[in-house]
Amino acid sequence: MPIVWAGEVTPKMKASAFAYARATSVANALELLTAHGEKAKVLSGGQSLLPAMNLRLIAPELIIDIGELAELRGVVVKGGVLTIGALTRHVDLLKSPEIAAHAPLLRDALTHVAHPAIRNRGTIGGSLAQADPASELPACMLTLGATIVVRGPSGERRIAANQFFAGIYETALTPQELLVAVELPVTPKNSTHFFHEFARRHGDYAIVGLAAQALVKDGQFADLRLGFFAVGDRPLLAKSAGKLVDVVITSAVLSEAFSALDDELDPLEDQQATPAMRRHLAKVLLARCVSSLLARPDLCTGALA
Amino acid sequence: MTSARANPEMLSALDRPGSYIGKTVPRPNLDRLMQGRGLYVSDIELPRMAHVVFLRSPHAHAKINGIEASTAKQMPGVIAVVSGRELSTVITPWVGVLSHLKGLKSAPQSAIAVDRVCWQGEAVAAVVASSRAQAEDAAELVSIEYEELDAVTDMRTALDPATAVIHASLGDNLAFERNHDAGAVDQAFAESDEVVEADFVFGRHTGVTLEPRAVVADWNAAEARLTIYQGTQAPHMVQNIAALHLGLKESQVRVVCKDVGGSFGIKVHIYADEMATYALSKLLRRPVKFVADRVESFNTDIHARDHRCKGKIGVNRDGTITAFEIDDLTGIGPYSMYPRTSAIEANQVVNLVGGPYATRNYRARARVVFQNKNVMCQYRAVGHPIACSVTEGLVDMAAMKIGMDPIEIRRRNLIADNAYPCASPSGLRFEQLSHHAALAKLTGMMDYDALRVEQAALRTRNIHRGIGIASFIEVTNPSAAFYGVGGAKISSQDGVAVRLDAQGSVICQTSITEQGQGSESLTAQIVGSVLGVSMDRVRVILGDTDNTPYGGGTWASRGAGIGGEAALQATKVLRKNILDVAAAILQAAPGELDIVNNAVVNAADSAPRIELGELARIVYFRPDTLPPGIQAELMAARHFVPREYPFAFTNGIQASWLEVDIDTGFVKLLKHWVVEDCGTIINPQLVDEQIRGGVVQGLGAALFEKCVYDERGQLTNANMADYLVPMSGEMPDIDVGHVVSPTMESELGAKGAGEAGTAGAAAAVTNAVNDALRPFGTIITEIPLTPQVVLTALGRI
Ligand SMILES: Cc1cc2nc3c(=O)[nH]c(=O)nc-3n(C[C@H](O)[C@H](O)[C@H](O)COP(=O)(O)OP(=O)(O)OC[C@H]3O[C@@H](n4cnc5c(N)ncnc54)[C@H](O)[C@@H]3O)c2cc1C
Repeated sequence: MPIVWAGEVTPKMKASAFAYARATSVANALELLTAHGEKAKVLSGGQSLLPAMNLRLIAPELIIDIGELAELRGVVVKGGVLTIGALTRHVDLLKSPEIAAHAPLLRDALTHVAHPAIRNRGTIGGSLAQADPASELPACMLTLGATIVVRGPSGERRIAANQFFAGIYETALTPQELLVAVELPVTPKNSTHFFHEFARRHGDYAIVGLAAQALVKDGQFADLRLGFFAVGDRPLLAKSAGKLVDVVITSAVLSEAFSALDDELDPLEDQQATPAMRRHLAKVLLARCVSSLLARPDLCTGALA
Repeated sequence: MTSARANPEMLSALDRPGSYIGKTVPRPNLDRLMQGRGLYVSDIELPRMAHVVFLRSPHAHAKINGIEASTAKQMPGVIAVVSGRELSTVITPWVGVLSHLKGLKSAPQSAIAVDRVCWQGEAVAAVVASSRAQAEDAAELVSIEYEELDAVTDMRTALDPATAVIHASLGDNLAFERNHDAGAVDQAFAESDEVVEADFVFGRHTGVTLEPRAVVADWNAAEARLTIYQGTQAPHMVQNIAALHLGLKESQVRVVCKDVGGSFGIKVHIYADEMATYALSKLLRRPVKFVADRVESFNTDIHARDHRCKGKIGVNRDGTITAFEIDDLTGIGPYSMYPRTSAIEANQVVNLVGGPYATRNYRARARVVFQNKNVMCQYRAVGHPIACSVTEGLVDMAAMKIGMDPIEIRRRNLIADNAYPCASPSGLRFEQLSHHAALAKLTGMMDYDALRVEQAALRTRNIHRGIGIASFIEVTNPSAAFYGVGGAKISSQDGVAVRLDAQGSVICQTSITEQGQGSESLTAQIVGSVLGVSMDRVRVILGDTDNTPYGGGTWASRGAGIGGEAALQATKVLRKNILDVAAAILQAAPGELDIVNNAVVNAADSAPRIELGELARIVYFRPDTLPPGIQAELMAARHFVPREYPFAFTNGIQASWLEVDIDTGFVKLLKHWVVEDCGTIINPQLVDEQIRGGVVQGLGAALFEKCVYDERGQLTNANMADYLVPMSGEMPDIDVGHVVSPTMESELGAKGAGEAGTAGAAAAVTNAVNDALRPFGTIITEIPLTPQVVLTALGRI
């Protein structure tokens, strides 16, 4: 997302002074958060937090570094549920056999997240807590029906992904809470997925993106979940997907889905695209997604003309 | 292509066994840089050094009504908060004009704005503190009261009577106008079978160096000397100007330029904040460091290329181009830059349009206007991408109009390879160019005919690929015609001193500078080759006004052609001097001896006679053993400037192969080819890297880079997330081929290669996009070619 400068050009490359605490346990992190809440910020990979601090866009008084909390790191599969610790780095997810086997959509999405250097430090918890509307992982959480697990002074809360993202950089997290994990249902074996985004350059935040998961039976969608991103102030689980389920897809059906999708979108304007362009590209993505998942090249070429 | 040498024996000196000329050898500075032992300005720490942060105007145009800094001054570590008025006691303002650009005007510019700011980002006050963080903390507490004034932002209305005049003393917002009329343009258009017109629009962009501009200025009151550590392309120019405006003699200013993290023309100018840093050091009598941050760089590093150019071409059905006409408009910000001025780019556009072609009919107007935006000035390939995009765009449109292949129309109109010497209709003199040889080589490299077949086949599958061609000429090796004749104290000659040390190694001091292009390497290659010593014995010193000969530095693709020739000539003298002493020691005739592989040998049979180390030992420590009357001179200096031609023009041609996604407007670059002719190639890898790097900067302009201003003069994308520089993921493979036509102005025969890539890349890409979009009947003449622009042209959004 664009950083808004509002005319500010006086140099800022050193963060304002801040205090630093390295959390020794989740309990310790929660104590610090309870005590300092609004004035504190959790530090995970630092790939979003530190640039914002160096630009003095934010000036937290205390940084709570949770980087040492091994208990928050790693991927576990149990009872049909994939649990990913908040501190698990993008690079670890990208290399994880469990993710490849049980949430391949996520692996495809991660190849579009930034560049290797950033993926080596950035974490899934940080990405979800950051809630950039152009970010890949939040949309994947919607598509995959994730549950976000957070802990705070009054214990643990489990928040459905579609309740978690509340706006640009806004989530259901309170300043006293720590995101500890996400849980994903293991994707069924016969399920397929599609991930694509339009970005000006490899690694840039998307202009528009789509993370889709589907069940295809006899050339029709038995189930279709479409998680769009960069089409509004938060990721969108498109209801218009319903128009494409259990029907033979024709260009007419697709057109209907386009207009239903159009009604759901509320795209923002930024340096890379106008809202009109985002609406257009969202439709292109939808067409390509349907065409690819159903192996129907005909749907791709005709639909947009 | 090869040419007969003016001086055949010298060619053999360059070509003899062990010569490094024409060979890819590793850069001598690689290990230093790879091991993190480079020394950039940011690395420099001096005792008592303070850090300056500039408060910068958030408004494009405003009166400064007051600066309130009392709280800031009480902050920990703060040494001073200095206004423009206070600083004006130590440094005088300047006006960026040159006398040969007739009519060019500009207003006095101060190191820090006094009373009024003229662009968003102009410095209003300086906060100096013991650390950078302290300076930034204090800067947040300075409050400045502004009264906003009307901002002039649109170059198209800058000259309207209703538009405010930025500098009342100048009368209007016109900085410069040039008109040129050659041949019989109106008649040519009237008699042409077809006339095609188009409006070309070029985005404002900037150089985005990895290392931002940075200065450490150290006024030593005891010595009454100022030492300036700065990443600059032209140390002696900085020395001259710092001295001039601080009231010092040049001998009181030393400019030291160690490693530089990219420059591209960004670091060849004098910036107000750099002048302010020198002045602050003098005022506060201590070293002061200024390092621009990224936002600051976007708002204050010179911008370039913001042009709107109407173009017109006449063509006959047989493909003959009958005339070119252009009307170019550019907005340069509120001041003409100092000391090279901001009129050069428009002037170059006038010079270069139509340059590769034989037509004699050419009319041009260029107007340069003031605006309340960041200053514009010379950046890599000054004016070339504009001229090339307009010319080559028009040529392609003419070809389309008469149904001729783009290669064929060029073949019929490019100046013939045997027509030289000759001059362009704008008066540029060409010594020897090779357009047709380059064209032939290019079509071979890219397999043009096969590509056309592939393109047609893919089109039937709704895949839209395009081929774009762009011929170009490039200004290199400038003589005094560029700046000197206009009164600027920017040397067009360069000097090199070489000496043999006491163990037979060579120390070479050169006035050209290194910003990554390989100046050190090519200098060592020339010295080693001419002298007959291995490169690891040659140590090159550059970037220090106290310790190098006087000269211009590295810009305008002049380092190899001018500095390289000075190195060659100085080394020839040293070589002769060494052979004279050797002859005396060996009781031989100098003509019977040669130097090969670090030793004096018999010229006839290469039998070793005396190691250079041994010779040096005798000369330095046992001169008593030399015959009477022999005084060895193991140090020599020579200077060089081209005299016959004001510029050594080079030429080349580029091709782009790309795919346009007509649903999304995205352009995917598939392949890029360049054939260029820079004369003698000293180091093929360095030349190819220059070409490729230049192409990438041109591709950035074509697809990505643009400084986006709003109507109030606010730069809205001054960060690396929104201002898109080209990155490797989007870059195609770039194949580079060469034709070699050495210049006869020097023994070396080298012309420049630094800007060729940038000159033609955007034109090739735009032509390729239009070639791809041909079935849709739309032509785009605006860069960058963003998805938004392409989709809009296709009527998709
Ligand atoms: C050049 C660049 C390009 C990028 N491109 C992309 C891209 O294309 N797509 C994309 O999705 N991202 C991109 N990113 C962002 C990157 O993915 C970050 O990793 C991610 O946004 C934040 O993760 P982090 O671990 O670094 O979080 P941090 O920077 O440490 O924290 C981010 C925010 O989340 C809060 N936070 C962190 N962890 C927790 C927690 N456990 N509980 C509660 N709050 C927490 C922090 O307090 C802070 O407010 C890019 C970053 C850079 C620098």
